[in-house]
Amino acid sequence: MHEKSKIMDKIGIQKTLIRIAHEILERNKGAKDLVIVGIMKRGAYLAKRLAKAIEDIEAVSVPVGTLDITLYRDDLSLISEKPVVQKTDLMYDITGKKVILVDDVLYTGRTVRAALTELIDFGRPQFIQLCVLIDRGFRELPIRADFVGKNIPTSQKESVEVRLEECDGVDEVVIMEQDDD
Amino acid sequence: MIEWTRKHLLSLEELTREEIELILDNTASFKEVLTREVKKVPALRGKTVVNLFYEPSTRTRVSFEIAAKRLSADVINIAAETSSARKGETLFDTGRNIEALKADIIVLRHSASGAAAMLSRHVNISVVNAGDGWHEHPTQALLDIFTLKEKFGRIEGLEVAIVGDIAHSRVARSNIWGLSKLKAKVIVCAPKSLIPAEIEQMGVSVVTDDIDVAIANADAINVLRMQFERDEADMFPEQLDYFKKYGITQERLEKAKKKIVVMHPGPINRGIEISSEVADGSQSVILDQVTNGIAVRMAVLFLVAQGAKKRR
Repeated sequence: MHEKSKIMDKIGIQKTLIRIAHEILERNKGAKDLVIVGIMKRGAYLAKRLAKAIEDIEAVSVPVGTLDITLYRDDLSLISEKPVVQKTDLMYDITGKKVILVDDVLYTGRTVRAALTELIDFGRPQFIQLCVLIDRGFRELPIRADFVGKNIPTSQKESVEVRLEECDGVDEVVIMEQDDD
Repeated sequence: MIEWTRKHLLSLEELTREEIELILDNTASFKEVLTREVKKVPALRGKTVVNLFYEPSTRTRVSFEIAAKRLSADVINIAAETSSARKGETLFDTGRNIEALKADIIVLRHSASGAAAMLSRHVNISVVNAGDGWHEHPTQALLDIFTLKEKFGRIEGLEVAIVGDIAHSRVARSNIWGLSKLKAKVIVCAPKSLIPAEIEQMGVSVVTDDIDVAIANADAINVLRMQFERDEADMFPEQLDYFKKYGITQERLEKAKKKIVVMHPGPINRGIEISSEVADGSQSVILDQVTNGIAVRMAVLFLVAQGAKKRR
């Protein structure tokens, strides 16, 4: 794999999250009953940043939770890159709340499917809206995002990597391409 | 972080420090599942776990059963007293039959040391050792170590005294392997006749028959269950004598560290190896151990199921 192109830098990610924060507030007519839930692990960091952006705009605090969907996956064998199951942290009762589910990249939709099943085991939200930083296409399930940072047409040979300061030391989004051999 | 590749869990002796830590890290996340309103995740949906128990056991069997059910596996319990083992079927044949019934994991409790390892060589499905003779009881030690890690935030450098019938205890053996791999200081304390000869080679730092020496500087005591022969006429005086010399009482704990933690694998014999006051007291984590046992077994079942997939 090698880096093909950089499609977002630190400022780009920052501006995108602020724009999405405004969209979330507009669509939901304010921050009332909002709960932001990020999918481990980069979605969790994005969820915290999004909550902060909303707080800066509305001056109210928005609860944030994190979800590890490992135990809800439809293919156990895909877990090998992630040897430790992370803790799901949903301290708020999500019943009746407006849940904004956050992930870094939307691809096949299988992760989101698992997250929806897990969320519903925790309670019955008023509704769930999906927010992703990048939508790269190739859906295998009927799932679409309500808030998208950027749509990026990709090929199956490529992958999109979101790197965040909290875990990667840098804020950027890059397209990686498989080496021809 | 290493990757888990084992299909079986047979002993702690064979695990590396990193593998033990991987189980403990996963356990913390599985414990969170037990706090949910819906205490069930679909991770092992469609898998079948067979609890094959050749020795009487309630807590270990129930703990494995709950763990498997929390992961959405189907669970079958076979107690040897009511099974074909009574008709003379060998463990080997029973295991092969369970495999033919398309089960995925056998959890085995057996009175012969090495039974789980033997079975694992003859079947293609996963085997988890739930206690084999005097050899090992890996999930018990893992839950003891997890409980300690929860209380102290670390294992390295802790001083842990294991008190009781060391010679006949698989719980002691698994704890000694696990704790010493994680760099805890292990002290064993028992009447001389109940200390096995090869004990120092397992990584034990101190061997003593004086309980006050054993617990003087300990961060935790793991009190083993004492099993006296039921048909001995002088059983009662023998028990009283043991309690006097080795029983964990509040008076003894007064002389130990204030934050000392008292563990026991259960079932407890009140007034034999531990006083009621201590067992029910603030230093006791005996019931925490029971809860943690479910989380540890969830982690183990989940990991061996994954390991089996990778090895296919």
